[in-house]
Amino acid sequence: MLGLKSKDTTLLVVVAILTLLAPFILNPFPENSALAQFNAGYPDLMQRFVIYGIFAIGFNILFGLTGYLSFGHAAFLGVGSYAAVWMFKLLSYNVVPAIMLSVIVAGIFSVLIGYISLRRSGIYFSILTLAFAQMSFALAYSVLSNPKFNLTNGETGLQVYADDPQIFHRAGLPDLPHFFGLSMRSTYTLDVGGWSFDFNAGYYFCAAIMLVVFYLAIRIFNSPFGLMLRAVKSNQQRLNYTGLNTRPYTLAAFVISGMYAGLAGGLLAAMDPLAGAERMQWTASGEVVLMTILGGAGTLIGPVLGAGFIKYFENIFSKINDGVLHAWFAFLPDGLENALVAIIHPFVGKGWQLTLGLMFMAIVIFLPGGLVEGGKRLGALFRRRSSDETASGETKPAE
Amino acid sequence: MGILEVKGVSKRFGGLQALGNVNLSIAENTVHAIIGPNGAGKSTLLNCLVGKLIPDTGSVMFDGQSVLGRKPHEINQMGISRVFQTPEIFGDLTVLENVLIPCFAKRDGAFELNAFGSVRSQADIRERAEQILLDVNMQDKGSMHAASLSRGDKRRLEMAMCLVQEPKLLLLDEPTAGMARADTNNTIDLLKEIKSKRDITMAIIEHDMHVVFSLAERITVLAQGTPLVEDIPEKIKGHPKVQEAYLGQAHDE
Ligand SMILES: Nc1ncnc2c1ncn2[C@@H]1O[C@H](COP(=O)(O)OP(=O)(O)OP(=O)(O)O)[C@@H](O)[C@H]1O
Ligand SMILES: [Mg+2]
Repeated sequence: MLGLKSKDTTLLVVVAILTLLAPFILNPFPENSALAQFNAGYPDLMQRFVIYGIFAIGFNILFGLTGYLSFGHAAFLGVGSYAAVWMFKLLSYNVVPAIMLSVIVAGIFSVLIGYISLRRSGIYFSILTLAFAQMSFALAYSVLSNPKFNLTNGETGLQVYADDPQIFHRAGLPDLPHFFGLSMRSTYTLDVGGWSFDFNAGYYFCAAIMLVVFYLAIRIFNSPFGLMLRAVKSNQQRLNYTGLNTRPYTLAAFVISGMYAGLAGGLLAAMDPLAGAERMQWTASGEVVLMTILGGAGTLIGPVLGAGFIKYFENIFSKINDGVLHAWFAFLPDGLENALVAIIHPFVGKGWQLTLGLMFMAIVIFLPGGLVEGGKRLGALFRRRSSDETASGETKPAE
Repeated sequence: MGILEVKGVSKRFGGLQALGNVNLSIAENTVHAIIGPNGAGKSTLLNCLVGKLIPDTGSVMFDGQSVLGRKPHEINQMGISRVFQTPEIFGDLTVLENVLIPCFAKRDGAFELNAFGSVRSQADIRERAEQILLDVNMQDKGSMHAASLSRGDKRRLEMAMCLVQEPKLLLLDEPTAGMARADTNNTIDLLKEIKSKRDITMAIIEHDMHVVFSLAERITVLAQGTPLVEDIPEKIKGHPKVQEAYLGQAHDE
């Protein structure tokens, strides 16, 4: 179907179903239960899941396939956000032109940065991209924000003001980003028993786009172009002596992944019409590296899983404070309760990154292929066990 | 005029004169062996032909055009393919994918942005790739990881990758090193068969004299970076200078 292998079609369909049903799946706990803390089905977070999923899918096309590790991809994310907000300011709050410009500007930007950075490989490439991203951050944070020429609005961040032109804005349209009139904030809440499920327009808009770009990524993986990118990672020298010019291949991969990042940046602005320089900082670039490696670099679904994993941690674990912990362990004797809270305290709330770091280390050490490899190993274990059972059930001698 | 004309090529690594004023002419459609003791500069000479090294002096003409100043992929597209001394293959890819890549390079040139077509649907390319695997007797290993092949198989795979490009000039740097006797003989037969089927020039570096004398129509003996003698195999066998070069080297060790 759709020109995909049956395995990939299945994957796409499963991902599509999961994203469609995400408001249910991510809200498994009743509203006022103690575990409601772990619910992730609110619009804000679900949007971030899919947006960072897009970012990571794109990053994986570069890093997962070619092995070129960019430490500057947040620059394209930031550029995408600025481009989108400028479209809101100049044209209207319609997200379509905004996102189109995000992708185009990020594409142009990545041609420039990629063309120069790809003259080197390995660590030098990574450092070059990092340097470019930090320069972009500096530009956005201060240089391009002065009274005479204010492109980024510096520290405050770029946003839409009442006196902006918005030449296509009409009275009937929402005063927030919208898709031809459908506000990205509009949410339908379904209450069933103790549960409440949010169906948010912005989330479904992002999810639909993610499915499209995920499909494109699968096509790229299975294309001759994708094969060449994997060959770059495997043995660039052999590729050169086989008559292939590796530079345009890597540049194309760089630009495609830059455009994915720009798209993600545009969508961030479309969900919340604000663009700040911190989105370009090196920590943001590092985050997408973590997502990709955590999920499984070079695999199709890995980056999406990694993005979801990290965003979940960032938003859920960071909200567990001592009050919540005390409530959980209230049934225990006071001394034990306090001791447990004291032990767990450093790993939650503001310390969520500590937990994330530990998990990241564990995964890199024990599962170098990321979450996907973990899943595969579980699957293999399961299959072996079930085949053992059938074998013993039929009382056949072992081979 | 040979298809390959090397004139006055020299190459220096620091204090070491790896090549000194090498002249070599390889006639079209012949198998030309380059032999010589370890460190004679044989691989260095090939490196100067494929754009890996730039010689300090001299010229290298292939098919009437200079190869100097061209990038490796451009030289390959001119019609020179090379099997390296230590196998250079795509270890992370499958054997079939390894041979698909040169098929694409042959059909589409140095760069082609085909990001949405699927590899599987390219029937002509697949057929070629499968045929070459059959030719080198690796048809049942197509789905194996190239890195997991034996040393001899890696070499055969690399040879298949070069042959499938149908180069005008095939450079082989010790193609049978690390192979079992039977595989060596298969390789000799394969190269003979290719040679009989179509026009191809081969330059072969080899320490195994059985291979050299089975294939070569002309032999150049290289010692300490300079060609000592060049002649037909029969004349090389008993040549005093050749004996001296090899024995002299044995003395040094
Ligand atoms: N890139 C390099 N830098 C420095 N020295 C080099 C380099 N490449 C080769 N050499 C030296 O040049 C000399 C010739 O090396 P070369 O590899 O051409 O020999 P060879 O004839 O292929 O030997 P073998 O039969 O062992 O493969 C050797 O002394 C080698 O150490
Ligand atoms: Mg050598």
